[in-house]
Amino acid sequence: MAGEKEALFSKKNRALLTDPLDDNNPISVQVLGICSALAITVQLKPALVMSIAVLFVVIASNVIVSLIRNLIPSRIRIIVQLLIVASLVILVDQVLKAYAYDVSKELSVFVGLIITNCIVMGRLEAFALANGPWKSFLDGVGNGAGYALILVLVAFFRELLGSGKLFGFEVLGHKAKDIADSTGLYALGYENNGFMLLSPMALIVVGIIIWVQRSRNRKLIEN
Amino acid sequence: MKFIRDTFDKYKPLFDKGGKLEKFAPGFNAFDTLLFVPNHTTKHGAHIRDGVDLKRVMITVVIAMVPALIFGMWNVGFQHFSQLGEAGSFLDYLIYGSVKFLPMVAVSYGVGLGIEFAFGIFRGHEINEGYLVSGMLIPLIMPIDMPLWMLGVSVAFAVLIGKEAFGGTGMNILNPALVARAFAFFSYAPSMSGDKVWVADAATVDAISGETILGSLAAGNDAGYSVLEMFLGTIPGSVGETSVLMILIGAAFLLFTGIASWRIMLSAVIGGGLMGLIFNLIGVNALMDFPWWQHLLVGGFAFGVVFMATDPVSAAQTDKGKWIYGFLIGFLAIMIRVFNGAYPEGMMMAILLMNVFAPTIDHYVVEGNIKRRKKRQNTNIETA
Repeated sequence: MAGEKEALFSKKNRALLTDPLDDNNPISVQVLGICSALAITVQLKPALVMSIAVLFVVIASNVIVSLIRNLIPSRIRIIVQLLIVASLVILVDQVLKAYAYDVSKELSVFVGLIITNCIVMGRLEAFALANGPWKSFLDGVGNGAGYALILVLVAFFRELLGSGKLFGFEVLGHKAKDIADSTGLYALGYENNGFMLLSPMALIVVGIIIWVQRSRNRKLIEN
Repeated sequence: MKFIRDTFDKYKPLFDKGGKLEKFAPGFNAFDTLLFVPNHTTKHGAHIRDGVDLKRVMITVVIAMVPALIFGMWNVGFQHFSQLGEAGSFLDYLIYGSVKFLPMVAVSYGVGLGIEFAFGIFRGHEINEGYLVSGMLIPLIMPIDMPLWMLGVSVAFAVLIGKEAFGGTGMNILNPALVARAFAFFSYAPSMSGDKVWVADAATVDAISGETILGSLAAGNDAGYSVLEMFLGTIPGSVGETSVLMILIGAAFLLFTGIASWRIMLSAVIGGGLMGLIFNLIGVNALMDFPWWQHLLVGGFAFGVVFMATDPVSAAQTDKGKWIYGFLIGFLAIMIRVFNGAYPEGMMMAILLMNVFAPTIDHYVVEGNIKRRKKRQNTNIETA
């Protein structure tokens, strides 16, 4: 190694970790990985599991590709990357099926679709192929967390407003058929917003998040 | 009058640049120009000014809605009393209707204008008058029994996402009033459809069947009301949309003042009639057998054509485009309501859909125009 050895958490490396959370968020700024963000954010639990799965895949594939980046012939690099990602996704899928069968059924095809998640491929192409394993690891953590942040945020609003629950707990009170038997907000005549359960509303919630973020973050305002 | 003008002039310096309340200038100016004609002088560009500014246009549309509005309030009372089997005088109906309806107007204007004012002050631009019409349209196209908080949420959504997100008045691609209704329809379906919501307080009385005509047709029954009732509007439905007669009066006013486009109205009626005729020829179920001209009398078709489709912001801008735009609205409205009995709101969906396509239609009309002129020019050169 030529030159000075960089500290593990130098300013540059810290930026790798924090940038994707806000200034360079994969969903709200780069607008990648939108399909899964719309599809599995009806409830918090699947959204959280999905986030962890993607987090794992991004980190692991980033590190692996970074380790062998000098051995991969550039003409077939996409195939090699796909192979690595696919193997990792199968691993995640099998673990979910074994230990969290209900959630795995709920997520259905979307676990498999992590293979085609633009964030994973994007990080491999843009970062891991050109950087060392430690930096790639940090980059993977940052981007996976950025994805998870938005996913959980969207799922929080959709589950709370759409079904009045968080992680399946009725936080707004119990809704009975007769208003007299209802408790909490429902006793006052509140009703769940059915639109929140439909995917168009996920798009609108993501849009609102982007709106709020852009009006707060000066760096993102376009001329 | 002089007193009010003097009061405004007295406090104006406070809101001018550098004044103490400079931030709230948009709010102040909004009230000022609402009461008095703005004394702007043209500084550059065209020097011919007309008295018809945005505010005048909006007020004209509101005036055109008044017949439908008053009739709607009467009809709310009439439906309620007649369904309960009670007798009442004209005044009873009107008073009952206004007690039910005016809070909806208050909520609609309160929430909508509140957000507009907040955005005006926050973003530092002048407050536009666009909401004057939407604020009146929204309660007119909602079922009377809708809880007020739902109305408020729908209005907030429509103003924020339907309008402000696109840049405010004049920039919205969708009609804000219809955005509010579509939001309410998909969010709170039990309060927006069925046979209980169209007659005030119907939910508390089991015997009432306040089914709309399209609703009972979709269920396979006959319409249950005579053609005259459909035309006059003594049928259950959203507040302002039942009476075709009153809407026609409003339409005449709008056409006379030149605010609304006759091309859109006419082509929408042609499109709706044509689709109805096609369905009459097929005639498989009650909805398809429903005479084509009666299709145009129910389900808010007339209200949508006159007050919604002609919205100058979200409609097509070119003359040829207006024909296509209007025709497709009528055509699709009847198609949606017949094919999907669960969506009697075919009119709403059709207008929203065509709102989205209006710029595309305009684009191709303009492109076609350019192409034709280029061709003409080329042939001229060749012959010369």
